[in-house]
Amino acid sequence: MAGLELLSDQGYRLDGRKATELRKVQARMGVFAQADGSAYIEQGNTKALAVVYGPHEMRGSRNRTLHDRAVINCQYSMATFSTAERKRRPHGDRKSTEMSLHLKQTFEAAVMTQLYPRSQIDIYVKVLQADGGNYSVCVNAATLAIIDAGIPMRDYVCACTVGFVDETPLADLCFAEESGSSLALALLPRGGQIALLQMDARLHQDHLEALMEAAMTACKGVSKVLDEVVRRHLQEVSVLTGE
Amino acid sequence: MLKSKTFVKKTRSGGVMKIVREHYLRDDIWCGSEICTVCKQESTVLQKDSCIESDLCSSPHYLVPDTNVVLHQIDVLEDPLIRNVIILQIVLQEVRHRSAPVYKRLKDIIHEKEKHFYTFTNEHHRDTFIEREPGESANDRNDRAIRVAVKWYSHHLDTAESDGLKVVLITNDQGNKEKAEESGLLVYKCEDYIKSLLANPELVDRLALTNDETKDISSSKVLFPEHLPLSRIQMGIKSGTFLQGTFRASRDNYLEATVFVQGEGEDTTEVILQGLHNLNRAIHQDVVAVQLLPREEWVAPSSVVLLDEREAKDEDDTEEEEKEKAMKIIADDAARKPTGKVVAIIKRNWRPFCGMLNSSLIKESTRHLFTPADRRVPRIRIETRQAAALLSQRIMVAIDGWPRHSRYPHGHFVRSLGAAGDKETETEVLLLEHDVPHQDFSQAVLSFLPKMPWSITPEDMAVREDLRALTVCSVDPPGCTDIDDALHCKPLENGNFEVGVHIADVSHFIRPGNALDLEAANRGTTVYLCGRRIDMVPELLSSNLCSLRSNVERLAFSSIWEMDDKANIVKTRFTKSVINSKASLTYAEAQLRIDDANMNDDITNSLRGLNKLAKILKRRRIEKGALTLSSLEVRFHIDSETNDPIDLQTKELMETNSMVEEFMLLANISVAQKIYDEFSECALLRKHPAPPPSNYDILNKAAQSKGLDIHTDSAKALADSLDMAKVDGFPYFNTLLRILATRCMMQAVYFCSGMDSDFHHYGLASPIYTHFTSPIRRYSDIMVHRLLAVSIGADCTYPDLTDKHKQSALCNNLNYRHKMSQYAQRASVAFHTQLFFKSRGILNEEGFILFVRKNAIIVLIPKFGLEGTVFFDNKDKTGPKLVFDEAGPSLMVEQHTFKIFDLVKVTISLDDSNVQHQKIRMSLVEPEIPGVSVPVPEVGPMAKKPKLDV
Repeated sequence: MAGLELLSDQGYRLDGRKATELRKVQARMGVFAQADGSAYIEQGNTKALAVVYGPHEMRGSRNRTLHDRAVINCQYSMATFSTAERKRRPHGDRKSTEMSLHLKQTFEAAVMTQLYPRSQIDIYVKVLQADGGNYSVCVNAATLAIIDAGIPMRDYVCACTVGFVDETPLADLCFAEESGSSLALALLPRGGQIALLQMDARLHQDHLEALMEAAMTACKGVSKVLDEVVRRHLQEVSVLTGE
Repeated sequence: MLKSKTFVKKTRSGGVMKIVREHYLRDDIWCGSEICTVCKQESTVLQKDSCIESDLCSSPHYLVPDTNVVLHQIDVLEDPLIRNVIILQIVLQEVRHRSAPVYKRLKDIIHEKEKHFYTFTNEHHRDTFIEREPGESANDRNDRAIRVAVKWYSHHLDTAESDGLKVVLITNDQGNKEKAEESGLLVYKCEDYIKSLLANPELVDRLALTNDETKDISSSKVLFPEHLPLSRIQMGIKSGTFLQGTFRASRDNYLEATVFVQGEGEDTTEVILQGLHNLNRAIHQDVVAVQLLPREEWVAPSSVVLLDEREAKDEDDTEEEEKEKAMKIIADDAARKPTGKVVAIIKRNWRPFCGMLNSSLIKESTRHLFTPADRRVPRIRIETRQAAALLSQRIMVAIDGWPRHSRYPHGHFVRSLGAAGDKETETEVLLLEHDVPHQDFSQAVLSFLPKMPWSITPEDMAVREDLRALTVCSVDPPGCTDIDDALHCKPLENGNFEVGVHIADVSHFIRPGNALDLEAANRGTTVYLCGRRIDMVPELLSSNLCSLRSNVERLAFSSIWEMDDKANIVKTRFTKSVINSKASLTYAEAQLRIDDANMNDDITNSLRGLNKLAKILKRRRIEKGALTLSSLEVRFHIDSETNDPIDLQTKELMETNSMVEEFMLLANISVAQKIYDEFSECALLRKHPAPPPSNYDILNKAAQSKGLDIHTDSAKALADSLDMAKVDGFPYFNTLLRILATRCMMQAVYFCSGMDSDFHHYGLASPIYTHFTSPIRRYSDIMVHRLLAVSIGADCTYPDLTDKHKQSALCNNLNYRHKMSQYAQRASVAFHTQLFFKSRGILNEEGFILFVRKNAIIVLIPKFGLEGTVFFDNKDKTGPKLVFDEAGPSLMVEQHTFKIFDLVKVTISLDDSNVQHQKIRMSLVEPEIPGVSVPVPEVGPMAKKPKLDV
């Protein structure tokens, strides 16, 4: 039979969401004590862990040192148990390398690196369970981890994947919906600046505007949730320290 | 809004995989009823007073059908009487998985406002979602989900304002019904409910017959072997013991069929099936699984013509077996083809069939046999109480099923089309059978037409080239009102010629994506029947605004070449333009002007220039190996008042025909190249694949019978050897041979350049080709216009234009519509031929034998372009002695031997003993064979004949 019906006539998607609705987001900051910053996030069935070290002195090859700002080092990996079939190589394959690069570019745009010349910030993200929107979830996790580490950023970086089905943009795709054209956007929501925009499918120019619009709205939705998480975390921490 | 989530596990075949999906339950899914005060819905679908008068349920009620009811009784649900129905999401999903056509029809009903069908998304509703229990099958779980939803509805609507409004579950499943009754739901069987309706007793006829097991035990005899279950079929196909393919019944022999099995890559094998047992209830166009028989049981395709003409009773099979035996000729091994039997049906491809009711032997009987118009479809048994009224009418019937013990499939009456034999009805049947959309254009479509009075605006002029001063003229067949091409030719100062082909700019009026465009895309092509034209676009466009009539200003899309006097192209350009045609000529008028030396006006000179260049172009094309084939086309002279055909003649071809054709080909090829250069991934092109060598068997055999050799290695070789093939004293031989060659060819098809690598057009010997020149009557041309307009910057692109998958889907539709329109045209000609001979009586004509069959010869009468069969065996008495020789092929009847291409004389008359399949009957006059040939008819034809030659 014909494939899945991604959007029913009644306007419901496969999992019962409407076109503009996000998946349920749950997040925690400060999950590991030994790292400088860490966070865990669940966006529907996609789960990711982010850990931040730094800023610290350059390690490894010194010749990468930048004299006016910090170097951001990213590593993306997927747990071997994150997909339906066990993954052979958790990191270092082409896709992961590309993803690492994208993350690096995203955070170079958001972190105020000029405050830490000649130093390095490490961001490690691991996808524990993959169900669509891996890049976006990793960006969101890393944002929380950086905040947890206390590294200044221009704004939250909020990311979301959007797709296009039956002339309708769908927000926050799950794995089954990712087959068509999908676009990933990382946004600094307050100023509306774009940290990264990525799409590798074909899409007619006429649709791009609608899709961008939907992506912006979705990212702003994500930012609200993240903001809440940060505030709650701060409250908890301040209670513990007795302030 | 996100309430909670549960996990749904799914496995997929081909390596079991665990798939985890989220499933959100919501509290904002409304019930869709007018009476509800709780739900915060914006608009309601279900009415407050939903009155269907029924004996069973006197209060107003909503219906909830289960999946099987929807699948089998969609005809009933489509009736305007049935309103206020709740379709549950689970039902919709199951229907989608099980039958695409029913799903489409159900969706159409849901979209119709007057039907008040509401889709309730029960699977995502907080209160109606249920989880599958351990040990429960998926089907049971779905049935339970339906019951839970019905229960929820009954509680939900059970409020003070509801006036006892009820929710009724309709199911045919006994177990489901009992369980529903236990939990206190109102539930009826579909048959019982429909029978209880007071308003419309005829609806009962539309009920599909369901296999009621209890009723059928009495009929003990099992006629057919059982179909294997799907799991075994899948294993069998994987391991290669079974083959999967499309079942195609033979038109001439109801006991024979072929299955085309798509093998690896391009090659297809053909499996022959013979005998009722081996056909095993497959119906034309079904997708079936076949098992090959052992090699020693393989047979050759029989050349007998057999029609199922038995009476309705399931009598002894002896007769059948005899016939089957008669078919099995001991052929030498070479002629034997893979033979098999149907073991299972993978997908039924049933549609409603047009046809007629057979009169039953018993007057009061309610069970009748129905004979479809399509001879490849078996007769269908239906139950109706209106038999007497339907007897002389054409009706539509849908098949419900084919149980093992029944000789015929079971079906039910859908609707009546009108009196049989009536021209209107017959045309309707013809259009329905060929799936030609022929309803009037809807208001939505018409709303996109330009407002009248229409004129060319200054904005149009600003972006178009003004070619109004050019001497443009059009040349078309007589009576043509949709003129889509016009030509001009002008000598230039440097001695070259400027030649222009101007095509109606339809894409200016039909903008992508609107209702008018979608309708045209669906219709695909204009269908020309005798005396009737089914337009692709509304008449205002086809016969007025887009038609390039003389002396009016029209928008055009022009292709302009500069050519030297050897017809070499120096320069090509395309532009949107405004033209003013100076004359609309017919082929004959144009020919007269060219031939008349006294005429020296601009138009005539332009025509002469075109004609000269066309001849060079044609010669060059033929040198490259383009084929000139032949098929006889006839034209009817239709009485203007009664619309009856009064005369018939074959179409004549003149120089001007080929002149116009030549420039159209040139335009098409130039445009094809241009759009392919610009859009290598999504250009809409047309290709004509080279036929496989086996297609030429008939042609080769035929030529060898006259001692000639036809080379079929390439198009060029074929064209050359066809030119050489001449027999002294038999001038018509070459034409006959070309007619045969035409039948060896493959169909030319549209395709999207991004989806294919072979672009070659075999018949035209061109590496690339498309259709650009008839946008009024072909949708493909509109697409090509749009592509070309984008590539010259005259128009903007839009999403679907550059989507190769959507374009590929469009091509499939266009190919299908094109094929069907050709069939419909042929059927229309056949019908009018019959009308013509009905009024004309018996004629005595000369013809040539085109094919020799085992018990018949097929004769072509060149004068009428008419083909008919002369049978030699007789049903009632023993026929003459027949000896059939496969190799020749030749047929010896008594002393005389008939070979292909023999000249014979036959009488033509109309056999209207069967109203549905009126046939042209031919009987032999010359050569005279005692007991076979008939005497020369004396009167009638002689007196009328002179009139024919007028």
